[in-house]
Amino acid sequence: MSWSDLNSTLPELALAVTALILLILEVVKEPPRAQFAWTALGGIALALVLEFALPIEGQFYNGMIALDHFSRFLNVIFMITAAGAVLIAVPYLRKSLEERGEYYALLLFATIGMMFMAKAHDLTILFLGLELLSIPLYILVGFYRHRVRSNEASLKYLLLGAFSTGFFLFGIALLYGSTGATHYDAIRQAIVSDGQLSPAMTLAGFGLLLVGFAFKVALVPFHMYAPDVYEGAPTAITAFLSTGPKVAGFAAFLKVIITSFAVTTQHWWGIVWVLAALTMTVGNVTAIRQDNLKRMLAFSSVAHAGYLAVAVLVGTYDSAFGMMFYLAVYAVTTLGAFGVVALIEGEEETSLEIDGYRGLARRSPFLAAIFTLAMVSLAGFPPTAGFLGKYFVFSAAVDTGNTWNIWLVVIAILNSLISVYYYLRPVVAMYMQEPADETPLPMSRVAVPVFLVLVLIVLGFGIFPMMLVKSGVAAAGSLF
Amino acid sequence: MAETLYLITLFPLLGFLINGLAGRWLSEKQSGYIASLAVLGSFLVSAQLLLAFLALPAEERLLTQTLFSWIPVGDLNIQVGYRFDPLSAVMALVVSGVGLLIHIYSIGYMQGDPGVRRYFSFLNLFTFMMLNLVLADNLVLMFLGWEGVGLCSYLLIGFWFEDEAKARAGMKAFIVNRIGDAGFIVALILLYHQFGTLSISEIAQAAPGAQIGRGFFTATTLLMFLGAVGKSAQIPLYVWLPDAMAGPTPVSALIHAATMVTAGVYLIARNSVLFSLAPATMSIVAVIGIITAFFAATIAITQNDIKKVLAYSTISQLGYMFTAVGVGAFSAGIFHLMTHAFFKGLLFLGAGSVIHGLKGEQDLRSMGGLKEQLPTTHWTMLVGVMAIAGIPGLSGFFSKDEILWAAFSRHEGFSWLWLAGIVTAGITAFYMFRLFFRTFYGKAAWQEAGYQPHESPSVMTIPLVLLAFLSILGGYVGIPAALGGVNQFHHFLEPVLAVYPGVGAAAVQHPSQGLELLLMGVSTVVVLGGIYYAYRVYVQQPTLADDLAQRMGLLHRLSFNKYFVDEAYHLLIVRPFQALAEGLWKWFDIQVVDGAVNGSGHAIARISGAIRRIQSGLIQHYASIILLGVIFILIYLYID
Amino acid sequence: MVVPLYHILAFAGLLFTIGVVGVLFRRNAIIVFMSVEIMLNAVNLAFVAFSRYHGNVNGQVFVFFIMTLAAAEVAVGLAIIVSLFRNLRTSDISEIRLMKH
Repeated sequence: MSWSDLNSTLPELALAVTALILLILEVVKEPPRAQFAWTALGGIALALVLEFALPIEGQFYNGMIALDHFSRFLNVIFMITAAGAVLIAVPYLRKSLEERGEYYALLLFATIGMMFMAKAHDLTILFLGLELLSIPLYILVGFYRHRVRSNEASLKYLLLGAFSTGFFLFGIALLYGSTGATHYDAIRQAIVSDGQLSPAMTLAGFGLLLVGFAFKVALVPFHMYAPDVYEGAPTAITAFLSTGPKVAGFAAFLKVIITSFAVTTQHWWGIVWVLAALTMTVGNVTAIRQDNLKRMLAFSSVAHAGYLAVAVLVGTYDSAFGMMFYLAVYAVTTLGAFGVVALIEGEEETSLEIDGYRGLARRSPFLAAIFTLAMVSLAGFPPTAGFLGKYFVFSAAVDTGNTWNIWLVVIAILNSLISVYYYLRPVVAMYMQEPADETPLPMSRVAVPVFLVLVLIVLGFGIFPMMLVKSGVAAAGSLF
Repeated sequence: MAETLYLITLFPLLGFLINGLAGRWLSEKQSGYIASLAVLGSFLVSAQLLLAFLALPAEERLLTQTLFSWIPVGDLNIQVGYRFDPLSAVMALVVSGVGLLIHIYSIGYMQGDPGVRRYFSFLNLFTFMMLNLVLADNLVLMFLGWEGVGLCSYLLIGFWFEDEAKARAGMKAFIVNRIGDAGFIVALILLYHQFGTLSISEIAQAAPGAQIGRGFFTATTLLMFLGAVGKSAQIPLYVWLPDAMAGPTPVSALIHAATMVTAGVYLIARNSVLFSLAPATMSIVAVIGIITAFFAATIAITQNDIKKVLAYSTISQLGYMFTAVGVGAFSAGIFHLMTHAFFKGLLFLGAGSVIHGLKGEQDLRSMGGLKEQLPTTHWTMLVGVMAIAGIPGLSGFFSKDEILWAAFSRHEGFSWLWLAGIVTAGITAFYMFRLFFRTFYGKAAWQEAGYQPHESPSVMTIPLVLLAFLSILGGYVGIPAALGGVNQFHHFLEPVLAVYPGVGAAAVQHPSQGLELLLMGVSTVVVLGGIYYAYRVYVQQPTLADDLAQRMGLLHRLSFNKYFVDEAYHLLIVRPFQALAEGLWKWFDIQVVDGAVNGSGHAIARISGAIRRIQSGLIQHYASIILLGVIFILIYLYID
Repeated sequence: MVVPLYHILAFAGLLFTIGVVGVLFRRNAIIVFMSVEIMLNAVNLAFVAFSRYHGNVNGQVFVFFIMTLAAAEVAVGLAIIVSLFRNLRTSDISEIRLMKH
């Protein structure tokens, strides 16, 4: 290990140190505890600075970690997501008097896990990152330890997560057994030069690896945990849960597929095709009948995983770029949408049903407008960035000229038509129905930056997308 | 000159922002004035540009302004800009002109409504979106406007959200439109894939010489037409428009009569080059158009809600426009679009004035005899119904006859289009005068219901009078050669529209002007016949209007023997026709179309319910489904 | 005596299957959790076997990571099960289904 190795993980180290400081503060510090959030934000800001101060290209730690435009693009998304989750958590936790330092510490540990997933160039690091992400999340989902729903969500997530990790690890074991390597490039080398113990074993290993990813990003039929866990978790955590792990999972999935398994596409594309079609359809169709906003958004995030799986399936430079764009927009939009839900939620998890949103436009015009913007972008209307994300991904699929890809895009477009219905339901409730009580909703100013970023990205990058397009193109370029 | 182009859309956008963000600090009146001023600004800029155009030779009449480059990456380079040429000039003037009058009218109509600021901000937003749609120089921006007007329409239909049914009508409009939009999106993707650009003019230049099979053009234009069918309420996607009448009446006038619903016709005219390359699509457009025109007209006869009659009439008139563009007479379609905006806007606003006077009553059976109480509304409405019926000398006559002539002169076995058009014209005259007579003449049924009708304030009647003038004079820009004119309107639009073989310039200046005159005569006779029967059935019949029967006692006695003929006519023609229309309406509209639309909705909801049940909440259930997924993947890989 | 690779793999596969069956059919949350640990240990076994077969230590390194993970997961998992037991007075996972549909 050399200094340059250490330098390559400086942002993660900064976050880890901040998290440890938070844990110590929690023990020694008396309330008021507002400093926790600011400490966490300071750590994230420091990590962000270090991220940009780093040498951009290269492999470190014996090639186990790769730094490139791809990892930087995603790390910025992760850090924005983490900062957003911190800001949403401040008013949310205050409502339930659960403001504790370990909340932010765990959030930072999970963020480190995501960052390693994007930087990983070896299945070992990928696995470590995945678990570093998952274990803090199991705890965070159960953070309201006196609430039964939070407990239940946590147990479901833990047991099913560990179950799928078992398959994931077995997959890695088979890949290692067949190719003798865990390094991405070495695995591809072994497949290309036919240095495998048995191609069937490699494929089986890949299939089980796929299961692990599919669970993390909630592809049907591995999505069943998602709605229950999202519903039971504290809403501020749901916001993080529906963005961070999904973005990290898809990023790592895409990288592994393009770096190591592109040559075997003809063997597995059918699976991903079926999963993508099933995921978007089941997600959207089920979302229609949900009255609980958290569950509805949970199914919506399942549906978006289906659209994103199209990009993985296509696997071209264009689709990788489309996915980068989509992920950035999706993360901010979904985080913001759940952020609004978290702020509107009353004490003891009330006001989560769609009826609680009636006449919200009068009680809190700002939150109603933000939520509408988020819904419109998730539904994919121009001129929002959500439209562009879909456009880039779908047109990359159409451009391949492959009939199956085109059919998948047709299914995706039909699905986004269905999705309009449930995305507009809360909008109709907010703007077109009478509120049950007229009292203006008190609103914390702390979370405002999250919503401003949402507006900036959804509308700003919807109309002037160049900046995001350039970084997305650079990020996608690192994979090829 | 081009530098001012962006002002056309900037004004309504500012109006929207002011009313939307600062509305709470504005009084009701101020809000309405700001909104109207914003549209006035657009109108003045468009008018000034148009006047400047007229001074230029035809080939120089084009202004473009690039606002910014959108996504300039790799081969995908979309310049967002506006294009002001004769076609978009006409549309911009119609949208901002008629829009302006409707904004002013709304100040009176919406007075006292608690949501008036929201209303005006939406109305401005709609104008902004619609102007973007017509001025767009590329299909992406056009699509943006296209979606935007749909969204505003949805918001405005559901404006009085206290009523659940109204909110649902909004949703229905939105969802039906999305079906059409899906076609539009796919067409965009195909076009981009083929031409590498979505600029309207670049595609129009590249398309005719491109080595592409006809199938491509047929497919893309059919997909575009699917979008047009949704937006312009043609068979089979028309169901949303009658329901959309739940919105405030000025909204119906602006969005559901004068502007938004005509976007489909504009789309085809704008892409006339593409459509000209796809004769199969053109035929389908024409046939769908004429069937819709006839079908909607038969339904309009039996409707008792004044706005429903007008809604079906709008669908029917849109059908005429599609017939026109379908036979290749693009300028005739746009001509009718313009005159229709005048007289249908007038009719809706007039109906709004009646409804306003009767405190919200929309049922024709509760009206009657309102001539004295609503004098201005009565006279302006008379102009409107005469214009739509096609009385010679009024705007509707010129535009409708140009369409009928184009249909007739198309020698491809399409002269039955003309015949159907003529019959529809007769029916149109009949039901429009039925509406007129039942509203203003006959027994004053409102007295029993205890209404106190009053004429609307001048802020509402002045727009009516102005629109009445436009309905009379609007046709004189396009006097056909057969009547000694030069059809300036056609020549103005000529440079930007494709020439479809067999029609266009050749057909309109057809040598046999005598024949054209003869056809005009036939249609005039049919129209007058329709009006006469409306008069006989709804004014003369004593059971409907006893006082009229007494005043016309002599006439009544003289026609005593004919009375049975009238009865027979009523029994044999009107009744079966009514029954047929009602039956058609009930069967087709409710069973087939509503059934299909609602049916697919129900089916999805049912599937949704079924899938929900799988979500049992049991960890082990979920784990076994994960295992099934694993087994599926491994089996797939093994088989492969 | 050298045990052939495929024998060890078959054993690992069997162990993994036992773990999966345990997750699917046992009702007690703690036992389900233990079954997951059995799955992880099956993976460990496979890694060690492959590591020996290929003659590189990557696989054995991986085993250490998996063991660390398992320890962390147990710590977290037991805490969650305990707090659930406090609230619901049961650790039968078939009774834990407040959230569904």
